[in-house]
Amino acid sequence: MMQPLKRFRSGTVVIPSSNIDTDQIIPARFLTTTHKEGLGAQLFADWRYAPDGTPQPDFVLNRPESRGCRVLVAGRNFGCGSSREHAPWALLDHGFLAVISTEIADIFRSNSLKNGLLPITVDEATAQWLLMHPGAEVDIDLQASLLRLPTGVAVSFPIEAFARHCLLSGLDEFGYLRSKLADIERYEAGRASRDA
Amino acid sequence: MTARTLFERIWAAHEVLAETAETPAVLYIDLHLIHEVTSPQAFTALRSLGLPVRRPDRTLGTMDHSTPTRTDQVFGNAPIQVDAAAKQVRQLEQNAADFGIELFAMHDARRGIVHVIGPELGCTQPGMTVVCGDSHTSTHGAFGTLAFGIGSTEVGHVFATQCLLQRKPKTFAVNVDGALRPGVTAKDLILAIIGKIGVSGGTGYVFEYRGSTIEALSMEERMTVCNMSIEAGARAGMIAPDETTFEFLKGRPRAPQGADWDAAVARWRSFATDPGAHFDASVDIDASRLEPMITYGTNPGMVVPISGAIPERTGDGVFDKALRYMGFHGGDGMLGKPIDVVFIGSCTNGRLEDLQAAAHILKGRKVAPGVRLMIVPGSQQVKREAEAAGLADIFKAAGADWRESGCSMCLGMNGDTVAPGQYSISTSNRNFEGRQGVGARTLLVSPYTAAASAVRGRITDPRELL
Repeated sequence: MMQPLKRFRSGTVVIPSSNIDTDQIIPARFLTTTHKEGLGAQLFADWRYAPDGTPQPDFVLNRPESRGCRVLVAGRNFGCGSSREHAPWALLDHGFLAVISTEIADIFRSNSLKNGLLPITVDEATAQWLLMHPGAEVDIDLQASLLRLPTGVAVSFPIEAFARHCLLSGLDEFGYLRSKLADIERYEAGRASRDA
Repeated sequence: MTARTLFERIWAAHEVLAETAETPAVLYIDLHLIHEVTSPQAFTALRSLGLPVRRPDRTLGTMDHSTPTRTDQVFGNAPIQVDAAAKQVRQLEQNAADFGIELFAMHDARRGIVHVIGPELGCTQPGMTVVCGDSHTSTHGAFGTLAFGIGSTEVGHVFATQCLLQRKPKTFAVNVDGALRPGVTAKDLILAIIGKIGVSGGTGYVFEYRGSTIEALSMEERMTVCNMSIEAGARAGMIAPDETTFEFLKGRPRAPQGADWDAAVARWRSFATDPGAHFDASVDIDASRLEPMITYGTNPGMVVPISGAIPERTGDGVFDKALRYMGFHGGDGMLGKPIDVVFIGSCTNGRLEDLQAAAHILKGRKVAPGVRLMIVPGSQQVKREAEAAGLADIFKAAGADWRESGCSMCLGMNGDTVAPGQYSISTSNRNFEGRQGVGARTLLVSPYTAAASAVRGRITDPRELL
């Protein structure tokens, strides 16, 4: 059971780079953990900290205005690369609830939806506006699948119907999959007789 | 009946329940490969619900990502450098024992990189669905399987149900024709394909690699191509099985034997794309014009022919940032740039043919002074074969460091890393910032180019040394 995610308002944090891969979101050396908790401290570690561990003052997550922001706006093709679920775990642990980009990589999107992190893809014009206005207060309404900008513009975003249903009701997809066990057994029995 | 693609045929054969507007398909998984890094959280989820692994017979574990490659650490008493990695290894041993899963643990002769051992043992077979908590699971598509990477939550789903909830992806034909010129390899081909499609051009699609060039490739070369499908954004890439596929699988320990073999091959022949089947997208590549390829930036799509120059772009901040990270400038030629480290290995290029290619160049030659060459076999079997064939002696005589199998320097989470600022010529699959170590600068190439550059100590066109 996850917390239902329906509608929230938040300021944005902007990282304009395109093709931000999951090695940037959480470098591989932090993947030796056997838990999913506590990864927020290592989020964007190599951009956020100097080699001696001190925070890089000019990196956006270290700036005071980023505190409390729950929406990350990034350049095209966010979350590409490795399948590590540690990437959405780290973003969520840091406090993000949504990521906005023009394109979001497949495995990252799937992993995000299973943990309650909203992957929102928008058109180029909306993305450009968001990239140019860091800190903008946006309203994300999952029920209506709408992203509202402070300009009053409302942009509809696509989201897979079942994942949306699960997020809105706080259900985890696993329960649904387990409810199909009889179908799975039937399938296996059919396969066994076909392959024999 | 409408003409179907290879992908659609395999998808349909594994649909427990078809997708609807409201719900994704329930897709059956034939083979679930696991390793120490992305499985612990899934086992924790099973334990918290008191659930067993439903089909341990369809689950196989190995250790590769965080394991050391130094012989004294694998087989001797030297401690694993990374404490947390040692804990992961012990935890997978415990989890496999508790849940009845077959595991190739540290000292097992069958251990290796998950995408090398599946095919090597004959576990990966045409027509299957294969998943693993690793994005390079696309490698197995070389056998005409639908194979893709999943997250740890999905690893838990497969443990408990042997199924995944999936929306059906779109299809993308990558048509490749023409003969590859001498010195141009499958790695150069896939880098050129990624350069053409772009690093997100395949998002939402499954690739099918087709055409005369693909048909002429060996299985190991096909695996190199399918392996990097994810670097173009495609979760899976596949190649229709043919005589080359069957020849590779025949006699492997987990492949069907005897009369079962003939029945299996007859069934496998049906896994092909029908003439006239529709693809949602396509691209055509002329392989006869390709050169050895090399990346210059911080994603695999930033790639040029080795004799080429880095593109010049103005007003592109992301491009500038990548070049700054790499210490390069637009307009620079690639040939002759000095290098510090050479890595030959990984699930992309760590199989026997890759090591043979490296040995072909390194035989009777020495690694340039000041350059570190690390050669890491993809599996313990590849290691034994390379040693039996005399390749390891060639490597050692050249001054290379010859290791036990594992992911090693591909992702630098196991003690094998490139130092900050160093240039690494690597046969792996990702040149992301910091991928091989904090501040490391990675250039992706074929085993030929890696070996030739190790000899000269600078970026070298391998055709000069062939």
